[in-house]
Amino acid sequence: MMTSSEVLLEIENLYTAFIEPEGTLEALENVSFKVFQGEFICLIGPSGCGKSTLLRTLAGLLPPSKGEVRLRSTPIKGPERAAGLVFQQPMLLPWRTVAENIALPLELRGQSPAERQQRVAELLEMVGLTGFETSYPQLLSGGMAQRAAIARALAQNPEVLLLDEPFGSLDALTRERMAAALLELWQQLRRTVVMVTHSVEEAALLADRVVVLSSRPGRIIHIIPVRLARPRDPNLLLDPSLQSVVRELRQALKQGESPDNGRKPSPKT
Amino acid sequence: MGWHNKKINGQQHPSPLLYLLSLGLVLLLWQGALLALEDSARRFILPTIAEVVTRFLKLLGDGSLVRHTGITLLEMGLGLALGTGTALVLGYAVAHSRFLAHLLEPIIVTSQAMPIVALAPLLAIWFGPGLVSKVLVCALIVFFPILVNVSSGLNHIDTGFQQVFRLLEATRWQRFRWLEVPATLPAFLTGLRVGGTSAAMGAVVGEFVASSAGLGYLVKQGQNLYDTPLMFVAILTLTLLALATYGALGLIERQVLKWRCIGKT
Repeated sequence: MMTSSEVLLEIENLYTAFIEPEGTLEALENVSFKVFQGEFICLIGPSGCGKSTLLRTLAGLLPPSKGEVRLRSTPIKGPERAAGLVFQQPMLLPWRTVAENIALPLELRGQSPAERQQRVAELLEMVGLTGFETSYPQLLSGGMAQRAAIARALAQNPEVLLLDEPFGSLDALTRERMAAALLELWQQLRRTVVMVTHSVEEAALLADRVVVLSSRPGRIIHIIPVRLARPRDPNLLLDPSLQSVVRELRQALKQGESPDNGRKPSPKT
Repeated sequence: MGWHNKKINGQQHPSPLLYLLSLGLVLLLWQGALLALEDSARRFILPTIAEVVTRFLKLLGDGSLVRHTGITLLEMGLGLALGTGTALVLGYAVAHSRFLAHLLEPIIVTSQAMPIVALAPLLAIWFGPGLVSKVLVCALIVFFPILVNVSSGLNHIDTGFQQVFRLLEATRWQRFRWLEVPATLPAFLTGLRVGGTSAAMGAVVGEFVASSAGLGYLVKQGQNLYDTPLMFVAILTLTLLALATYGALGLIERQVLKWRCIGKT
């Protein structure tokens, strides 16, 4: 379900390895795919398969060992403002209120307080945090804090929103609500999203395409399109059509689990 | 948008009555000691409360207490400023440069292992009996706790925050102003409270060694003349000074770090 066929991100022959005292740890191997404008991509794979590494590479935080990532045909060389990254932990500055946290990217870009205030109000509304602008993050629940983090990532108006297991530390119920809220937000914004998740249900509900990675070193085993009509809503989770996508994803994941994890097993495991 | 003035659920303070009670306890002990010494030949070693109060009022009245206190305060203040400034600069340097850390660490640790009190006579020879030698003793005492707190505070900033700032392409200055300063402020203020309170000690040690004024000088003079009431007045004033410094710094800490109290009760 692509709204446009314009390519936003191009990942080409990406290979990432970390030099560690115990030897070279290969995180990603020969990863190539394209992300289209307005698309929602989910990355799934066994833990430690390099999903987060891939996302950090897309954000420009981690240079690839080989290969290239291009944003609108321009290679990404360093931290990329056009990418808004949300971590598993909200990473809100505890000495700033919710509104001040969301305003941070704007403040760093030198926007005037008046401009900021307007934009922050919009963002708060978008993520359903109106009324909490003057609260400190410590007082927010996990789900609310993560909404604030998403709002902060959106503040800089990124071309692509990168979500690194954003609901990973939330309880199951909150997690489901957050997925629903994200679905709604995406449907409203139509912003390109690349999201790492370990929940296949979440991936099936949200994504246009699901990229399935193998265990370390991460290689793409499948790119599975989710052909469910939009707009979707969380009730779909109980629907057989989604269940069959979930089954497909699980099968693909199973294929990718190989005993070789890219490094000699350490003595204790 | 400034710091928000949300109501803070601070710790509950003990009732002021309790302070009065502990003060009463001390006075009671004092009076008891006086009774025990009453017929002894060594009666003069402990003045009565009335003697101390009289002396205090006299010294206050002729302006000499204010003058001596002012001098000690000036030494403390300048020493605190010098020690804090140096500690901040070096703390930042040590936290950001491995080279400087390796270079300076032995010097810094050695300077702390050396009892600073023992340095005071040497400083008096080098810089004379005036203000400078006392300021330096104060600064040396204040320096270390602040340096340690600041550099460890800087080193312990969450890498997630660092990544947020990198991703936002923050300049070095922006990272300093928006991340490092606020994140290190709590540790810095803790160091300042520890260092600031011991600044009084530095000033007094400096005055013991060589001086012609200051509260430490008064204590020393009292000792030479067996004038215990004078010593009591000077010591009590010094104590009040240190307590006031501690209290003032604590107050600043609470004002600046309002956000820290939130959600912690």
